[in-house]
Amino acid sequence: MNPRAGIVVSPGANCDRDLAVALRRAGFEVAMLWHKETGLPRGLDLVAIPGGFSFGDYLRCGAIAARAPILRAVADFARAGGHVLGVCNGFQVLLEAGLLPGALMRNAGLRFVCDRAALRVETAGSAFTASYAAGGTLVLPIAHHDGNYIADPTTLARLSDEDRVAFRYAANPNGSMDDIAGILSPNRRVLGMMPHPERAVDPGHGGTDGAALFKALAGVRSGAALV
Amino acid sequence: MRARVHVTLKEGVLDPQGEAVRHALASLGFDGVEGVRMGKVIALDLADTDAEDARARVAAMCDRLLANTIIEDYRVEIA
Repeated sequence: MNPRAGIVVSPGANCDRDLAVALRRAGFEVAMLWHKETGLPRGLDLVAIPGGFSFGDYLRCGAIAARAPILRAVADFARAGGHVLGVCNGFQVLLEAGLLPGALMRNAGLRFVCDRAALRVETAGSAFTASYAAGGTLVLPIAHHDGNYIADPTTLARLSDEDRVAFRYAANPNGSMDDIAGILSPNRRVLGMMPHPERAVDPGHGGTDGAALFKALAGVRSGAALV
Repeated sequence: MRARVHVTLKEGVLDPQGEAVRHALASLGFDGVEGVRMGKVIALDLADTDAEDARARVAAMCDRLLANTIIEDYRVEIA
């Protein structure tokens, strides 16, 4: 049986279909989940929250989407040990929902950055990063205005001490503290990251470094335990 | 009853937008502006009639949605 992923779709999300392509290519069956849903389909192995500009970035990036009905179900899924991936605006949503610590602020240079970023893999110890070598480098697209990660010193120390920084920028593009590009939850099953792995899964994208993240995730089978 | 919520970045949180505005003021010749902090004002029209109840409800709204208390402070005015 194929692994099953659900993708949260809010108004203004624009990477939902890209994520679906990347996940299907890695072997997932994919269901698109409208933000007004109050529950998740049974048997999901992964919930993914895509990039974009949910609710027009009103109030704060990700703030409104994080309070959508489906996020309560996603939080329950995460608490039960489900895997959750948030990319770009999806990372902002996970922070606003309190599923990961810290916040993402306006880029230090005030400019929207649209580029390719070299990332250092800081840990292979998660289902998301298991196919990468810790200390290795990959290149993924970045495209954001609010990717400047901030957290209090205690949180930053804990992220490092607990090996929960998944990726760091080789050259910091946005002012993020500690060059942080992606972080994991304490149980290592929730990953939020600003770079876009789903935009690097086909040679036509100009790079395929993101494909291994989805392939590694396809080995996760938590759905049966999480109904 | 009306409430105004003032949301500002916490002290110590870098405000690059405020810095850009400060530099622009300096380039217009406004000397001596030592700091600029940006923020937002949210005006609420409330059905409440009791000011203290309204204040408590708006504070709860701030904690749960209107402010991100990791990086922002808020102040509530009831009028």
